[in-house]
Amino acid sequence: GAAHAKGQYAVEGIDEVNSLEDITSYNNFYEFGTGKGDPAQYAHALTTDPWTVKIDGLVDNPGDYDLADILANVDIEERIYRFRCVEAWSMVIPWNGFELRQLLERAGVQSSAKYVAFETLVRPEEMHGQRSPILDWPYREGLRLDEAMNPLTLMATGLYGEDLPNQNGAPLRLVVPWKYGFKSIKSIVRITLTDTQPETSWNMQNPREYGFYSNVNPEVSHPRWSQASERKIGGFFASRQDTLMFNGYGEYVADMYADMDLSAEF
Amino acid sequence: MQQIFMPLNSATRRLPVWAVYLLGVLPFVWLVVQLFTGQLGVDPVKAIEHALGLYGLYFLVGGLAITPARKFLGLNLIKYRRAIGVLSFFYVATHLAVWLVLDIQLRWGEIWDDILKRPYITIGMLSFLALLPLALTSNNASVRKLGSQAWRNLHKLTYVAVPLGAVHYIMIVKGWQIEPLLWLGAILVLLFLRRFR
Repeated sequence: GAAHAKGQYAVEGIDEVNSLEDITSYNNFYEFGTGKGDPAQYAHALTTDPWTVKIDGLVDNPGDYDLADILANVDIEERIYRFRCVEAWSMVIPWNGFELRQLLERAGVQSSAKYVAFETLVRPEEMHGQRSPILDWPYREGLRLDEAMNPLTLMATGLYGEDLPNQNGAPLRLVVPWKYGFKSIKSIVRITLTDTQPETSWNMQNPREYGFYSNVNPEVSHPRWSQASERKIGGFFASRQDTLMFNGYGEYVADMYADMDLSAEF
Repeated sequence: MQQIFMPLNSATRRLPVWAVYLLGVLPFVWLVVQLFTGQLGVDPVKAIEHALGLYGLYFLVGGLAITPARKFLGLNLIKYRRAIGVLSFFYVATHLAVWLVLDIQLRWGEIWDDILKRPYITIGMLSFLALLPLALTSNNASVRKLGSQAWRNLHKLTYVAVPLGAVHYIMIVKGWQIEPLLWLGAILVLLFLRRFR
């Protein structure tokens, strides 16, 4: 349940949850344009029903999974996470969703799989941003298998107990709270288990600025700005706060990176 | 061409300088109104920061256009040049103040790091520093004290400050966007026109 989840993954500095207006009117979703307000203005054009997710690659049960079928076999719960954008702002968001591992276990991950690749829908007639080559569509993201199986890794289906608004990645999006927001890929239509590190959109666009891991790390600057602190979105007097290692979720995830130099593998 | 602007010249002769100051602060007043009526979205600080920077650039380019406008169009707005320059500095300075106080919130360690390490901030600061002595000497007492030749040489710093401001704008946006590039192009044209007598 919600209360259990909140207690289980409590992190520092999550006091005030952002309003629904904050969360639904300030978005990066380049499929609908590059402005923060574009997704709220244009995402209504997206058809989210029917929706299927293709699960393929190194799995025992590959196939096209209907969204209703996916949701009937997972436990939906509330997770209040801080969302830290690579642009150095953050929000606190009450997601509804299920742990990604539940879906992966159902698909039957084979022992040779090491990574999970995700893809967003390509439908330029409904997603007008895809008519310009800002990114190499479809939007792609990926996680190492242990990251994907971590209990914090959520497939979100809602916000504030309601269905996910289109601008937030309806009907199904990833939420990886210890990584920069662009890792949390929206409107997912394909999940592929693979043994090689998948290509990811922002890393393809600018590998110097955006690494595959993109763990929130106040000590590794973005080449154009510092990541040491962040502005919490919410009004004129939005406070700036120190950014925490792994966005504050270190006690749940730091072990996965114990042997890595996180300034080299950023 | 010059005849077209004759009536305009006589009209502007009747417009007092204080009216230009008054009109010039209207965009600022409008921002404040939008802020208090909640029209700046969920991140008003960024909206204000960007708007002030843009207004600063518009006035800087306006100031730079006055001499070519007189030379090539016969449009004489010279008596408003100081007002336009002072207004441009007002917007650039408030843009910087919003960054320092509301955005980075006086975290001096990070501010200093940003100025030294982030090229777009370094360039923005250089532009501000080049404008500062011009704003401080924008009064008749300074012209008298420096002598008009030295004062005019000092104010050639605008030729450095204005293009730097446009470069700062180009570097802050994502990718190569057309609008900031057009502003830099316009500035370079205005500077180039000064070569002709």
